[in-house]
Amino acid sequence: MTTLTSDTTRPRKAPLWTRLPVVHQLRQSVGLQRGMLVAGLVITGVFILTAVFAPVLAPYGYSQLRDDNGPFGAQQPPGGEHLLGTTVGGYDVLSRVIWGSQTAITVMVVAVVLSIFAGVALGLVSGYFGGWLDRVLVVVSDAVYAFPALLLAIVMGIVISGGRSDLFGGILAASISITVVFIPQYFRVIRAETVRIKAEAYVESARVIGASNGRIMFRHVLRNATRTLPLIFTLNASEALLTLAGLGFIGFGIEPSSAAEWGYDLNKSLSDVTSGIWWTSLFPGLAIVLVVLGITLVGESLNDLADPRLRSRRAPAKTAGAVAATSVVPGGTLAAGPAGIDGLEAEPHANDTHPNDDPFEAK
Amino acid sequence: MSAHSLPDVVRIDNLNVTFATDGGAVKAVDGVSLRVAPGEVLAIVGESGSGKTVTAKTILGLLPETAIAHGAVILSSKDGADSNDVLSVSKQKLRQLRGTDVSMVFQEPSTALNPVFTVGWQIAEGIRAHGEFSRKEARAKAIDILGRVGIPDPESRVDYYPHQFSGGQKQRVVIAMALVLDPGLIVADEPTTALDVTVQAEILDLLRQCRDEFGTAIVLITHNMGVVADLADRVAVMYEGKVVEEAPAQELFSNPQHDYTKRLLGSVPHIGQGTTRATARALAREPEWAAEAPVVVADNLTIQYPGRLGKPGFTAVNGVNFSIRSGEVLGLVGESGSGKTTIGRAMGGLTRVTGGSLTVLGHEMNGFKERAFKKVRSDIGFVFQDPASSFNPLLTIAECVAEPLVVHGRAANAGAARKRVNELLEAVQLPRAYGDRYPHELSGGQRQRASLARGLALEPSLLIADEPTSALDVSVQAKVLELFAEIQAEFGFAALFISHDLAVVDILADRIAVLYKGKLVEEGTGAEVLGAPKDAYTQRLLASLPVPDPATQALRRDELRILRAAE
Repeated sequence: MTTLTSDTTRPRKAPLWTRLPVVHQLRQSVGLQRGMLVAGLVITGVFILTAVFAPVLAPYGYSQLRDDNGPFGAQQPPGGEHLLGTTVGGYDVLSRVIWGSQTAITVMVVAVVLSIFAGVALGLVSGYFGGWLDRVLVVVSDAVYAFPALLLAIVMGIVISGGRSDLFGGILAASISITVVFIPQYFRVIRAETVRIKAEAYVESARVIGASNGRIMFRHVLRNATRTLPLIFTLNASEALLTLAGLGFIGFGIEPSSAAEWGYDLNKSLSDVTSGIWWTSLFPGLAIVLVVLGITLVGESLNDLADPRLRSRRAPAKTAGAVAATSVVPGGTLAAGPAGIDGLEAEPHANDTHPNDDPFEAK
Repeated sequence: MSAHSLPDVVRIDNLNVTFATDGGAVKAVDGVSLRVAPGEVLAIVGESGSGKTVTAKTILGLLPETAIAHGAVILSSKDGADSNDVLSVSKQKLRQLRGTDVSMVFQEPSTALNPVFTVGWQIAEGIRAHGEFSRKEARAKAIDILGRVGIPDPESRVDYYPHQFSGGQKQRVVIAMALVLDPGLIVADEPTTALDVTVQAEILDLLRQCRDEFGTAIVLITHNMGVVADLADRVAVMYEGKVVEEAPAQELFSNPQHDYTKRLLGSVPHIGQGTTRATARALAREPEWAAEAPVVVADNLTIQYPGRLGKPGFTAVNGVNFSIRSGEVLGLVGESGSGKTTIGRAMGGLTRVTGGSLTVLGHEMNGFKERAFKKVRSDIGFVFQDPASSFNPLLTIAECVAEPLVVHGRAANAGAARKRVNELLEAVQLPRAYGDRYPHELSGGQRQRASLARGLALEPSLLIADEPTSALDVSVQAKVLELFAEIQAEFGFAALFISHDLAVVDILADRIAVLYKGKLVEEGTGAEVLGAPKDAYTQRLLASLPVPDPATQALRRDELRILRAAE
């Protein structure tokens, strides 16, 4: 038996970079799930890089109609000077697609940032205090669910800049309408988590100690309630992009002179499709599909990986594995024996430390 | 009692089960070989994580997808005509075996039954999955089996929904479902753990009847040595995935061979352990102690939970009187729903008192204001039942223990409180380095000791412990109780110790109060309440508690039967 003062080194922590949100999941995943996540991350990465380096990557400006050799000409087929051809308005398709990623990412960021803070704050307060405020907020958020985002975006577009919008107006119209629709989503998730966590013993123990409501809310509830946010975050980002493209497509988009926008380009290429001009609609459409696909893949994989029941693992070798130490897992046998995956989940160092190295219990 | 000409109903040979987890492969069962003869009760005992549940689930082929099993599990039908290796049969065949050759009784009867179907329908579902039966025939069989497991008036009860039965009756229904196809073997996974001790005695009687009347063999998984002594013919002790000892029940209890078995049996609390200690403490007190004002006084205390609109509320605590003097431990015992936790929560200001008076440290709790009570809170410590959830998972143990110090302004932040935290951790015999760990990196017993350290941080004069050991394994429980007694003697705080287990309360308490359906039925010193109980309920509670000794338990069983017949 060892003595109490024996140096009980705590399990070594993994290096910081492997514990970062997405990196951690990537290392954790195997098989098809890893394939999905990697595909999603690659597409999303390319999208973000394109947006950041658009000025370098794009051969022309988004509103450029002519260069030193004169006008580009309308509906030029792909090849030569214009790799992906030109549109009916005489813009370079490749440049418009590249510049469009910048607009898309701005809308996503603005929409998510606007909604996440309001949604989380409201959900926390509503779930923690309950009562009439909670009831009113739940009814309001239910009502907002019934609101079509696109309709709201149109109204916003008209309010902000009278329908024909510039860059600022277009982005804000899309973002604000999305914000209004997204706040209830964050609200709902955070509220549900808060209500659950409020009943946990550690919150009760904080109340018994005499901690103030503010301290309990921010120190004990908030950080434990935000685990699912990255998932909603990714799914909402793709929805934001679709709303922006939808706005552009029905004609409430951003003027080509102020920014490139995929939905607007699609709208303008409608008549080209019937006359056999495929390049004007294919590439902006493909851009929309790819970005939404990429972000959704990331979101879905993160969702699956966060749930131990959905997460796939490498099959163990037949005789592999050390025997897990007895009394490692709290709760009953059924709640978390070796059969309960959750129990083992909470003990990532089951192999390298013996939890009963504590001399008190090991005697 | 078993016919030796028939083959074993189940024979497990060199079973290994490995799970794929995030931390790599974990072996749960390591080379286990067991056999069960027809009509025999084999108990598999062990602590959580010892692999006993996994072994049992393998018999039914119920392992999750992440598990890989190899070895052999040969299951024979009741008449011995057919035998199969569960690990290698097809899914189709496995489905046929379940129910007819082997069936299962689960731990929690309220989750094992589907709430939206009648119990008759659920029993019939099993019957009709294994052969051509008309609705009428299946129903007749369901009524018959319900009557045989002791459900009164089965003809009308067959159409009841699960929520219309009590917990014990629900477990009877689950056992009826397991018995209806007359399997040769029932696997019972902690069948009485979720039940109150008086109900537990009845279910154990029923399981014994299963063996005697139906000739069914039972694999009983449990951590409760009293249950083993009551029911088992043979016992296999599992530790870290291996069977460390296997012996007939009588022999195992009278002459345990393996060290672990000895330790396990030594840790089981039994009535009468603490009485002498309590008497010694009572004698050591000064005479004027009795005249001092008590720390807690409950006078006709009533706590009612509000009902739904238009319905009367539920009275959880009904006119209870008790008092706790300084430095005294009051043990509060009762079954689930008796209101014991509600009283503890009311003393901690977590539940509102609706009638009568409850004075805690001179502060009236009926209609209290949080603002005025906050100062009193620093004098109250609280230890919660579930060690898994009583710590914020994102804070280290040191930060959690420092929380009361920071909230009451004794330290600016967790870092400044570290010195005091280290002292506290050492007081509960945790190495100070454990302060840097996160709660999930500690075992249940360690966490509960850290919880005690947090409760003691402000040196309270009153500690409320709500079932602090009921989620722990029995050997860990013994250690935590020992520590609790030492610390109580050292710090000298008054304590309310809540538990459903009379034997646990007996170890610690100076006085014991027994609650039944919100009313205090008996109160007195351990010697009075446990030695010569006056109330009929206390007598039944005491008699229902199984003791870890088969011979004594058989005698107690007869006493209980007489007691029950007298009521």
